[in-house]
Amino acid sequence: MDASDLIAMSKPARGEAGRTGDWRSARPVVDASACIAATQDRVTCQICWAHCPDACIEQGAPPAVDLEFCKGCGICADVCPAHAIAMVPEAEHGVCEAAEGGTR
Amino acid sequence: MTVRIITGNEAAAWGARLARVQVVAAYPITPQSPVVETLSAWVESGEMPAELIAVESEHSAMSVCIGAATAGARAFTATSSNGLAYMTEQIWWAAGARLPLVMCVANRSLAAPWNVLNDQQDSMSVRDAGWVQLYCRDNQEVLDTVVQGYRIAERLNVPVMVCYDGFLLSHTAMPVEVPDAAAVDAFLPPRPQPLQIVDPADPRNIGPVVMADPRRDADGVLRGAYLELRAAHHEALLEALEAVPEVGEAWARATGRPGCGLVAEHRLDDAEIALVAAGSLVTQSTLVADLLREEGLPVGVLGIRCCRPFPAAAVRERLRGVRAALVLDKALSYGYAGPIATDLRAALYGTPDAPAVYGAVCGLGGRDVTPEALAEAARAALADARAGAVERPLAWIGRMAREEAR
Repeated sequence: MDASDLIAMSKPARGEAGRTGDWRSARPVVDASACIAATQDRVTCQICWAHCPDACIEQGAPPAVDLEFCKGCGICADVCPAHAIAMVPEAEHGVCEAAEGGTR
Repeated sequence: MTVRIITGNEAAAWGARLARVQVVAAYPITPQSPVVETLSAWVESGEMPAELIAVESEHSAMSVCIGAATAGARAFTATSSNGLAYMTEQIWWAAGARLPLVMCVANRSLAAPWNVLNDQQDSMSVRDAGWVQLYCRDNQEVLDTVVQGYRIAERLNVPVMVCYDGFLLSHTAMPVEVPDAAAVDAFLPPRPQPLQIVDPADPRNIGPVVMADPRRDADGVLRGAYLELRAAHHEALLEALEAVPEVGEAWARATGRPGCGLVAEHRLDDAEIALVAAGSLVTQSTLVADLLREEGLPVGVLGIRCCRPFPAAAVRERLRGVRAALVLDKALSYGYAGPIATDLRAALYGTPDAPAVYGAVCGLGGRDVTPEALAEAARAALADARAGAVERPLAWIGRMAREEAR
């Protein structure tokens, strides 16, 4: 028996809190024709990346969302100066990537 | 060893000093305040090399102790009554985080109405929180139990609450053998490593949210969730049924004084009725039993030193052959019964020839429990037991009769 059998404990690691993507009811969908980075074809703006509380947006043009961990909070859509991110209800997508992989 | 004439609060402070407590955090409340005043003076004078952290509330006092103990320090606090109630959230946290703290509770009634005097409602109200709860008969036991408390806590990774009656012990001076520091050091080595060493180079989140179900951790190891951690905590408390008497015996070897275990007994062997109590009432009941023995009445005493875990097997064993147990609770689960009476009935349930358990409540809000009243209650209980009464309504010892109110 080690300490983790006696007290709750975690260490920094990808997915330590589980695949939180299956909490999501709506997912961010980036419209590349409106995204500042995508339209300029260079890694600029990245305001969505800076604001994501779960660090599940990867920098890029356009930035990419890791749907295995995105909880669908919508902050990225809210802060996007170009209004290029829409929160689309999960029901319209059918399959949740995180749920498909099972809860860790 | 030195004999000092000291109060229960001073005995508690001596226990903390001899245990080489490293962090003290507390907020003043009657009747506990002199514990921390005494420690504060020693820290100020350099006699006690500890960090004394003044806080703005009992909630913060326990929070500081949680932080200190998590980092590996031997931490101490003390409180009473509404201070304990205010601390309650963190009392549960300290237990669930399996921190080996020792806290003294100078037992006092809970408001409303406001009353600073003794009963045991405060600590009894948190008996389910997962702490070992030990109740002291006299000031010697206060000192002894604080030191023993650390050894129990650090062995089991559970916190220990050392309870003693406010004013009756906290402010009453009596002779106490204060052992030499060397004897205590031999009994209680420095605190072992904490369950998890706090290391910035290998960071851990201690006490994070856990989910309902077991799941794999970052290393792929399947880990229990809340339910498994709680089950392990319960099992650690049950281990205290062995640890408490073993540590008491080790203390007796270290200091040459009789050890104290889960329960204390007095003249139970041929007793027809047993007075069952916790705290200073055990001392009082012992004197009353002796008086009644002079009248030829077969009365004995069972003192419950360890209320959590409840020593069910020990009480079944000690009460064998007794007709009835009169439980003297200084607390009440309102709408039902006294806490010790309830636990005792559960412990005896299904035992062949189990004694009847009569519940009595006394001493609430500092009401004096006189030897005369205790003797009268014991005589009445003995008469009922001999008449074969299995159940009785809750008795209130010392309650003013309604007609007196006019």
